[in-house]
Amino acid sequence: MLRHLASILLCTATLAVAQETAPQPVLRWAADPDSNAPYTFYGSDNKLTGFEYEIINAIARHMGRKAEFVQNDWDGLIPGLGRGMYDVVICGIEITPDKAGEVLFSNPYYVTFEQLVVRKGTAPITSLDQLSGKQIGTLDQTAALSMLEKTPGVEAKTYDEEINAYQDVANGRLFGVLLDYPIAKYYAAPNPNLQFSGPPFGQIVYGIAIKKGNTELQQDINKALQEVIASGEMRDILSRWGLWTPTVAGAFGQPEDPSQADTSYKAFVASHSEEASFTTRLQRYWSYWPLLLNATILTVEISLVGMMLAIAVGFTLAIMRVFGPWPLRWIATLYIEIIRGTPLLIQLLILFYGLPNIGIKLAPFVAGVLGLGLNYAAYEAENYRAGLLAIPKGQMEAARALGMTHFQGLRFVVIPQSFRLVLPPVTNDFISLLKDSSLVSMVTLVDLTGAYNRIATQSFDFFGTGLLVAAIYLLIGLPFVRLARYTEQTLAVDQRRPNQKPGMIPGLNMINKLTNR
Amino acid sequence: MYPTTRMENSSEPLLSVHGLHKSFDDNPILKGVSLDVEKGDLVSIIGPSGCGKSTFLRCMNFLEIPDAGKISIAGVEIDCQGLEDAPPRDLKEKAHKLRQHVGMVFQQFNLFPHKTILENIMLAPMVVRGIPREDAEKNGLRLLEKVGLGALADRYPAQMSGGQQQRAGIARALAMNPQVMLYDEPTSALDPELVDEVLKVMKDLDNEGMTQIVVTHEMRFARDASDYIVFMEKGHIVEISDEDEIFQNPKDERTRQFLKRFI
Repeated sequence: MLRHLASILLCTATLAVAQETAPQPVLRWAADPDSNAPYTFYGSDNKLTGFEYEIINAIARHMGRKAEFVQNDWDGLIPGLGRGMYDVVICGIEITPDKAGEVLFSNPYYVTFEQLVVRKGTAPITSLDQLSGKQIGTLDQTAALSMLEKTPGVEAKTYDEEINAYQDVANGRLFGVLLDYPIAKYYAAPNPNLQFSGPPFGQIVYGIAIKKGNTELQQDINKALQEVIASGEMRDILSRWGLWTPTVAGAFGQPEDPSQADTSYKAFVASHSEEASFTTRLQRYWSYWPLLLNATILTVEISLVGMMLAIAVGFTLAIMRVFGPWPLRWIATLYIEIIRGTPLLIQLLILFYGLPNIGIKLAPFVAGVLGLGLNYAAYEAENYRAGLLAIPKGQMEAARALGMTHFQGLRFVVIPQSFRLVLPPVTNDFISLLKDSSLVSMVTLVDLTGAYNRIATQSFDFFGTGLLVAAIYLLIGLPFVRLARYTEQTLAVDQRRPNQKPGMIPGLNMINKLTNR
Repeated sequence: MYPTTRMENSSEPLLSVHGLHKSFDDNPILKGVSLDVEKGDLVSIIGPSGCGKSTFLRCMNFLEIPDAGKISIAGVEIDCQGLEDAPPRDLKEKAHKLRQHVGMVFQQFNLFPHKTILENIMLAPMVVRGIPREDAEKNGLRLLEKVGLGALADRYPAQMSGGQQQRAGIARALAMNPQVMLYDEPTSALDPELVDEVLKVMKDLDNEGMTQIVVTHEMRFARDASDYIVFMEKGHIVEISDEDEIFQNPKDERTRQFLKRFI
């Protein structure tokens, strides 16, 4: 259960030791590898790849450092930099004046433009003004979005995943998508239903983001980056990925023709061709099983530990609220109302990204467990309170009349009876928590939902992957539902008929027959 | 003046209540009730609904905390004056000490539904007195035998008739070796044909010399089994009489009115 937690602690410890003793320091870099080809993403062999992946490794090598990858969600990349989870972020981040206020940027490592993609057969577009009155998709926080917002009459729609935006163009829900050229080249060009339209729009400059104030690291990275460009390594990498365009060649003052064949691009397109046969699909699913297994284990771990925390805290809150003196009652009520009245997602983000501002840095697993556990504790508390109040007053009176203390009456008479009453709602909550655990993918953990994101955006197979992951959630939940039902029936002693043996429960035989057990 | 006792000799009473007052919110329920009960007596308390008889009984066990008055049971004496303002710890200790000597039987039985009746009986001796499991079990079986439930020790309350449950409730109270047994309308929740089996247990206990105070609507039992009858009305004890006397020739007009239906 706590293996995961322990391994994180162990990792941190060994990391600290390694930093002190090993001669080669590390360069911790972060990206969001989900739906992120060709920047940094998991290839069909489930290993990291991408042109940014190769660039940062080259830079680290020139710096004499060992590149170490840290995964994070796109929205958390810059906050994570602030809390010191890693040294740099390289993830297609455009150098813009407002971002430059938050972080330091390296010199540009790639220069490109916005590419408009429309459905096959659409009349050519030559200027953005022609898009007036049309719905155009793009990603949040991109240069494309601000360009669209500056164009009068354009209705900009933002997506979380580029693949969904292009899918909507193919489906006819959108007129077009405006996104960075590399994205268009990898996600739209291979799709026979889509076509590029119009000239290059604007200019986008990608830079490596560094924590504000760390100018020393900024200088080191710029020096290494310059070496990578000058040695021709940069041209080789970008050529292999099919991204060596006249724009970038001009920016680096190098020849326009690619230095190598675009093998990486071809391999990507081949592995994502639409016409995957049934057997290749099955093979592909099979190749995901180590990822899915780890993700399932993480989901179960985080849900079980979270639920245990929720039960312990919830029980304490319920006792405080039902039996405590007024200050404790008041505190418990306040806690329950605040936690129930705010979204779990916000609570998780505050725990993970907000607390470091006051010096509390939680490991992702700890933050996930705390977020889920403390949130569900509020709901558990209300369950238990209802359970405690549902026990007739006469039970405690009988216990007191027999000379028991209030505590003994609770311990031996009231709580055991409420246990059975609250079992069904608690089971409900656990199933609910199991599904809400998908939110921990927001704090860099690769749980089942994180695995779904990675697989679906990598294979473009949203339907099959969705069914697969949904089935796993269902399968995890079922045994707990059955266990709870069995326990509930075993505890239902006050409903047994006379002469019935313990363990023989009314209706259980019928249920057993019906479910053919 | 209101009567307080039927004690015939001058020996110390086992239970003595003096000037008991109790209000709920601003509604006075007991307005100065006094009663002395001698060891071995079986006393029935009767009276119309709302006269305070159940509250009176519950005060003797501190299930309700009296506003004023003195209660003394088997040498444990509590002066209730201002008790509600006293530190709770102090009250707990006193009430706990007093309850050691008092057994209580409830109208709705209040058996613990998640335990067999044998476990119901064993629980308090083990938890409160720290008696080992085997001894508690041996004693529990003896008590069940005594109330005629020896064969049903492993039943759960829901598997038994109301009469059987109430007999188990009596056995549970007896397990703490009380000096006084209090009954709060012990047969009111029972079907008529089940009443007698419970009353028989109470009569047997009377023959063994147990001191018992019964709040009841069961006039036949009150007349047949009681040593004497206490009649309450509007928060006062109005009359204390021998069982024959009160039914045949009530001294007080209010008693006469109340008993008219039963005579």
